[in-house]
Amino acid sequence: MKKRNVNEVLLQGNEAVAEGALRAGCRFFAGYPITPATEIAEIMSVKLPRLDGTFIQMEDEIASLGAVIGASLTGTKSMTATSGPGFSLMQENLGFACIAEVPCVLVNVMRGGPSTGLPTYPAQGDVMQARWGTHGDHPMIALCASTVRECFDLTIKAFNLSERFRNPVILLLDEVVAHMREKVTLPEEGLVEIFDRVKPKVPPEWYIPYEDTPAGVPPMASFGEGYRYHVTGLTHDVRGFPTSRPDEIGPFIARLFRKISQRFPEIQMGEVDQVDGADITVIAYGSVARSAKRAVRDARERGIKAGFVKLTTIWPFMKSVVEPVLKTSKVVLVPEMNMGQISREVKRVNQGYTRVVTLNKVDGTIITPEEILDRIIEVA
Amino acid sequence: MSFRYDIRLGGSGGQGLIMMGIILAEAIGVYDGKEVAQTQSYGPEARGGSSKAEVVVSDEEIDYPKAMKVDLLLTMNQKALDEYYQDLKPDGLLIVDSTFVKTVPVANAVQIPFTRIARDRFKKEMVANIVALGAISELSSIVSKKAIEAAVLSRVPKGTEKLNRDALKAGMAAAKRMRKSGPPPEADTWENEDI
Repeated sequence: MKKRNVNEVLLQGNEAVAEGALRAGCRFFAGYPITPATEIAEIMSVKLPRLDGTFIQMEDEIASLGAVIGASLTGTKSMTATSGPGFSLMQENLGFACIAEVPCVLVNVMRGGPSTGLPTYPAQGDVMQARWGTHGDHPMIALCASTVRECFDLTIKAFNLSERFRNPVILLLDEVVAHMREKVTLPEEGLVEIFDRVKPKVPPEWYIPYEDTPAGVPPMASFGEGYRYHVTGLTHDVRGFPTSRPDEIGPFIARLFRKISQRFPEIQMGEVDQVDGADITVIAYGSVARSAKRAVRDARERGIKAGFVKLTTIWPFMKSVVEPVLKTSKVVLVPEMNMGQISREVKRVNQGYTRVVTLNKVDGTIITPEEILDRIIEVA
Repeated sequence: MSFRYDIRLGGSGGQGLIMMGIILAEAIGVYDGKEVAQTQSYGPEARGGSSKAEVVVSDEEIDYPKAMKVDLLLTMNQKALDEYYQDLKPDGLLIVDSTFVKTVPVANAVQIPFTRIARDRFKKEMVANIVALGAISELSSIVSKKAIEAAVLSRVPKGTEKLNRDALKAGMAAAKRMRKSGPPPEADTWENEDI
């Protein structure tokens, strides 16, 4: 036995999410327990009260996200965690958070679906739901972790992005990553970058809650600090009241998109390895990215020029990373635990550059490195 | 070539396989200082159904976190053995709970009645998994005895430390006896076969 490094801990993906949330400053959690996300709620229920925070088990997932939005309006960083069935129920309030521009973090640990599906088995079937699950035109930010350390880092990143852009941020995990334990060394307290929402500097009577700014993100007043404004799910004017004037509606929706689209580089993260001149490049995310990494390594040992791309940011889709790969690779392979969701995005960006092939698995088990390697050999 | 050692623990829900996996991963990762990834697979039932825990050990960052070719297979029932035996490497170590496993596919399988030891010695079948961890630390060099003890004590409920330490020692002792007597010799000729 070696001398123990006290900062090293064996942590589960869900445990790392909870640790990351607390480190990011989350002090409110409302949720409804569901496998395979329950551990996040369990830990928050123990740790939040000790930090003067609040944990509420709500009657369902609709109410859970409602409570989270309400808490966030008071200036408290707030989150919920769920899995497929609960994620479906949250879609209504997710849209509310988008239009009212309320920062919040929603963790969705993906399990087999549709409906109650496979509570304990992994899938990646909610990728498109994360983007388009709530109705109406809206931008969305979704991140996807493939290691326990990433569960910690990306939860913090999710809070930072939601605070910066006043938009809900979805963290997608799959059952494998959420329940996996790995040895991690968490960074010390001061070494984590934390971003807090910008508050108004003007007195309450001058405050215009939805006024445009160069960044497109209006300063956000906390309820209870003397600022009064109207929050509604109806399309609203700069003062927060419902409007039916096209000259107000158009610029408002355009601003919701602009605030995110003009700052893609701050949001989009991924890993790109040896894609220059690759005969085949594998694009993957979540736990499957780990299988893909192994398969690419094994393919290289067999003399195949294989590249690897991991998508850490799922939405907004990383066209800037994927397009150059499509231009230079002879084949691009997209393995996913669904019938083809991100592969659709890759094909949308492709525009005739190269051949895009898929490897889809929906039997409740992770795609193995052998299966990806076989497909690489078949199509390369 | 990088080092990779894949461990699979199989049995039925309620036998403590996932807890075993967690303790083993903590011992090897945190106390012995290697890289580890621990995963699991189980059905929606609270008890019964198949349960499986896996620990991958390496000296570098682990890519695929589940077992591929298995170096160490420990099964707590016959079904798990029958299902997973094919994934064991030819030189892999096979340990079975002989309370429930009656048919082993190879002569050199280590057969120890973990559940019977737990039941007879400690009046608690619950600690069969800790007995089995003791045997693993005796039979394999993948984890040190000190590390497994530290990990067990850090993970079990307060007030049960003595019971669990004793269970661990019982597993080590049972495995040691097995080692002393040695596995049955492998047949190297067919001379004794009746024709």
